[in-house]
Amino acid sequence: MSGAPTNGHAHGAEEVHRPTLEELKERKLYTRQRVHEGQETITVSMGPQHPSMHGVYQAVVDLDGEIIVRTRPGIGNLHRGVEKLAEQMTYHQFIPVTDRLDYVASFAMNHGYCEAVEKLMGVEVPRRARYIRTIAHELTRLANHILWLGVHIMDFGAQTFFLICFRDREYILDLFEMVCGARLTHSYARIGGVSKDLPEGWVGRCRSVVDFLPKRFDEYERLITSNRIFNKRARNIGIFTSEDCNAWRITGPTLRSTGVARDLRKDEPYAAYDEVDFEVAVEYNSDVYDRFLVRMKEMRESCKIIRQCLDNLPDGPYLADDAAHVLPLKKNVLRDSAAMIQDFMHVIHGPHVPKGEVYRAIEVPKGEMGVYIVSDGGPKPQRLRLSTPSFYHGQAVPAMFEGEMLSDSVGIFGSIDVVLGDCDR
Amino acid sequence: MTDFIFLLIKAILWVAVGVGMVPFIIYFERKFAGFFQSRMGPTYAGPWGALQSFGDMAKLLSKEDLIPDWADKPVFRIAPYILFVPAFITMALIPFGPMGVEIFGHTVDLVIADFDAGVIMFLALGSVAVYGIVFAGWASNNHWSLLGSLRSGAQMVSYEISMGLSLVGLIILSGSLSFVDIVDAQAGNFWNWYFIPQIVGFVIFYVSSIAELNRAPFDLAEAEQELVAGHMTEYTGMRWGLFMFGEYVNMVVVSAVIVTLFFGGWRAPIEALNFIPGFIWLVGKVLFFVFMYMWIRWTLPRYRYNQLMDIGWKLFLPLAIANLAVTALIVSVN
Repeated sequence: MSGAPTNGHAHGAEEVHRPTLEELKERKLYTRQRVHEGQETITVSMGPQHPSMHGVYQAVVDLDGEIIVRTRPGIGNLHRGVEKLAEQMTYHQFIPVTDRLDYVASFAMNHGYCEAVEKLMGVEVPRRARYIRTIAHELTRLANHILWLGVHIMDFGAQTFFLICFRDREYILDLFEMVCGARLTHSYARIGGVSKDLPEGWVGRCRSVVDFLPKRFDEYERLITSNRIFNKRARNIGIFTSEDCNAWRITGPTLRSTGVARDLRKDEPYAAYDEVDFEVAVEYNSDVYDRFLVRMKEMRESCKIIRQCLDNLPDGPYLADDAAHVLPLKKNVLRDSAAMIQDFMHVIHGPHVPKGEVYRAIEVPKGEMGVYIVSDGGPKPQRLRLSTPSFYHGQAVPAMFEGEMLSDSVGIFGSIDVVLGDCDR
Repeated sequence: MTDFIFLLIKAILWVAVGVGMVPFIIYFERKFAGFFQSRMGPTYAGPWGALQSFGDMAKLLSKEDLIPDWADKPVFRIAPYILFVPAFITMALIPFGPMGVEIFGHTVDLVIADFDAGVIMFLALGSVAVYGIVFAGWASNNHWSLLGSLRSGAQMVSYEISMGLSLVGLIILSGSLSFVDIVDAQAGNFWNWYFIPQIVGFVIFYVSSIAELNRAPFDLAEAEQELVAGHMTEYTGMRWGLFMFGEYVNMVVVSAVIVTLFFGGWRAPIEALNFIPGFIWLVGKVLFFVFMYMWIRWTLPRYRYNQLMDIGWKLFLPLAIANLAVTALIVSVN
């Protein structure tokens, strides 16, 4: 964070004031307006077509003047029955469906699912594949946070920032396009590795992007972090303490903004996260502004992680050599009869899967994504349960909105980063 | 009779300029917004997309004029006009050249109405324009519109007073409420302009004028991200277009008022440049301030409405009073 303007918020410095839980509770009580029982209210429906509801979330809001009395959330407008679909598909076939969960961070979804299936099957992922996954996952995190940032600042009325962020996100989408051909729904992870090796020249290009982005983040900080209006608007609204976060199962940057350094990349490392050096971004004030700061820090950390992975990128296979569980390399299928048989068996029948249950959670950009699989030994899951962060974040919205102002509600809703594809599934 | 004909010509010309500028100002706004946001803005209609606004206007005119069943129809219909008619009346007060110019053997004052209480008139008309928004919000019978218009009313109360007070210092200096006299009092080079002695008044007036124009960062009545479109939610077609039109006409007019009060009106910054007609100076300065509005709009986030009131009551009002007191003291000592 060196060189970034800090405008007296004193983050990153020694004299950080860390409010205790009691202080935060008091502050929460103080910042939220008391609503009188029996007060006459008007009801407005924010969403599913409201301009600042991200996706098709609906919040039916009772207002006393501009104060929100109660909120009735409406989800499910984007329900596609993904968990049921999984029961009709082999483990390989389900990967593209996971893209459609959180379509802003689709590789993270692929990754979470594949980690769970690999744990179930006991597949050992090659080291190079783990590094590539780490890079791709962090690029996804960058893309997600940059998009989130633009949309979030636009919730506060600054429209230009939205497009600035969109442009910077393009660099990351271009990298994904180079490596797997898709810009949004990557389907890049495979059980046992990734679908393609990094193309020629990709490492250099990726390095230039992660060297360039921090400069852009400095510019964001100049534009937003010390902006008087943003500070006035975002400080002390939507305070949600660590206690509340635990009660509502809120994870990810929102939880880390309450001073809890919970990050599955550190706590239960997967891919190559145990081999890279990074810090967990933590802030303490639990408000919308600190959620913004956490994500800004995380983006810088992501650049750091990617840089380390690129430096230490090992050679070797990018897909595990495991005929029972993993698809063969595409280039071998038409040349090698064993690979062809393997391909045929995986496509027609599916992988060999042991009986059992498995739960695996990873840290996706929005929080913790857990995948719970019950296998009866067949090629398709008997039951697949996804616990995606946006669903839990979306259900906490009434508790977050209560006593806040209508103007702030859009900012608060933006700050918890809900994507409805992820929420409704 | 000739006086009347000249008055008519002046009025038609001035209104034509004001109205004619609007499509181009909308075009410039979209083009500037494009450049600020690293994109192109309109490019398709006409050279560099310059005819985009006319295309939009044709589209708006050809759209069906929907009035919701539950709306208060007469008020709903009249609201857009209330918004922009006061702007045109204010235009009549702005001098766009020296008094007593010889044109075709006639002495003509290059102002439509040299009104003795011009500044008061301008403030009064500004207050009337708010009714357009309040009526629109109330008549639409829609909760978003209602919230927008309530905010607009609250906003007006909180900035109008400081806006008026910020001008009193200037009035003391010039000794007149007439725009013509105020411009005459700023004769000479640009250091005679009132924005130097009245810098505090200027800043207060400028910021308040953003609130008066309902533009970001004070576009609380419209607040797309919060209130969908605020008071304009139920409006369609040309009625909606009139609101947009009114907003831009207001922008031109308020910029013209700022230029007239603080920046020497039609006068050139240096006397040697006075051979260029005052009209061109006026339009150039107005365009500069219009650009400033755009720049601010496309850069800053929006204030919350209670924060705007905080600024109005706790910051601008004391500042304006202090400015008035200091100006009065200095003038009386001299």
